[in-house]
Amino acid sequence: MKQLESNFLNMALVLTVVSLIAAGALASMFTLTEEPIRLAKKQKQEQALKDVLPEYTRLEEPDTINGLAIVRAYNGDVFVGAAIESSANGFSNAIKVMVGFDQKGKIVNYSVLEQAETPGLGTKVVDWFKTDKGKQDIRQLNPSEVNFTVSKDGGDIDAITAATISSRAFLKAISDAYAAYAQQENTDGQSGASPQATATPDSVMTDSVTFSLQQDTAIVAKNE
Amino acid sequence: MNYLKTFTNGLLKENPTFVLLLGMCPTLGTTTSGMNGLGMGLATAFVLICSNVAISMFRNLIPDKVHIPAYIVIIATFVTILQMVMEAYMPDLYASLGLFIPLIVVNCIVLGRAESFAAKNNPFASFLDGAGIGLGFTFALTLLGSVREFLGTGSLFSFRLFPEDYGMLIFVLAPGAFIALGYLIAIVNKLKSKHA
Repeated sequence: MKQLESNFLNMALVLTVVSLIAAGALASMFTLTEEPIRLAKKQKQEQALKDVLPEYTRLEEPDTINGLAIVRAYNGDVFVGAAIESSANGFSNAIKVMVGFDQKGKIVNYSVLEQAETPGLGTKVVDWFKTDKGKQDIRQLNPSEVNFTVSKDGGDIDAITAATISSRAFLKAISDAYAAYAQQENTDGQSGASPQATATPDSVMTDSVTFSLQQDTAIVAKNE
Repeated sequence: MNYLKTFTNGLLKENPTFVLLLGMCPTLGTTTSGMNGLGMGLATAFVLICSNVAISMFRNLIPDKVHIPAYIVIIATFVTILQMVMEAYMPDLYASLGLFIPLIVVNCIVLGRAESFAAKNNPFASFLDGAGIGLGFTFALTLLGSVREFLGTGSLFSFRLFPEDYGMLIFVLAPGAFIALGYLIAIVNKLKSKHA
């Protein structure tokens, strides 16, 4: 069969038909994969929450403080911690982190959700700050007690060798997350992590009150 | 037409990376580890096979003057389908390959084989050609990725062989990719000249 002649009608017709078939194929593939994609994203989110929070039995619906998403976790009725999603501009793009704090405001763990840093250098943010070496492990540290900037800037955390900008961005994201965490509730009195914002909206105030009540019951229960 | 020769052609004699030197962008960008190289190679092979067969089936129905836009629409459709399937069922690989998956559309190998082979041969031969070139590309990427991963980080397919601190960082970055690729091309040329 000889190739179709390149006259106007043929060209217009063929291009239209090709586009229609392509559109149909893409639309059906989209509907087929829509659900699995949503599930995969949800699973990734849940896995990240599991990784960064202490043991919990139930999660509250995501909230927003200072523009950052926060998810509170409870073991029964006891507030055990919260996970906050934060981001800061790294060397090439934004570094998105999810960090989990326990009731005292100490970092439980973190999970880097998105980063596009230099491979082998900035990409180390994924594990560097969880490695027990020198002053680089941020787990179990409380940002209100420890200076969360790189040693070069007078802080207490060791930056990634040769990746200071990525490290700075990462620590800034963690600090922003902590600022949001400190604002949302009066953490366990002993740590002294007092909210710095002077004007707290009413809804947040009621939440803090509820949390303190729950904290008190929890403390009483623990003392028994 | 010797179908077996059509298939083996793409593996060494006309290997897209080491001989034709096509598709260099994803080659250098995704070979930071053996696993990434393998995933990228297989993804491209899938698109190659599908687009070669589709274009070969309709080669007489597409008028010559509009063959380029028609081919690109067909290739882009397959790449988008691949992207959706990867996002749904292989989220980890999808996240690590990132932007390079949609870039398969403009990978010279795909359009090049479509124009030079699929447009002139029957669907079965085109399928074999796509498979051969795709596998050759996968082999090249996996090899380059493994070399870079081994020399740069001391592991091979995430299997640690020596401590990362002794790895040569340059091989994880772009200049090292060029250097490693250059040496591999030289080795392939040497092997080919001995055979000839």
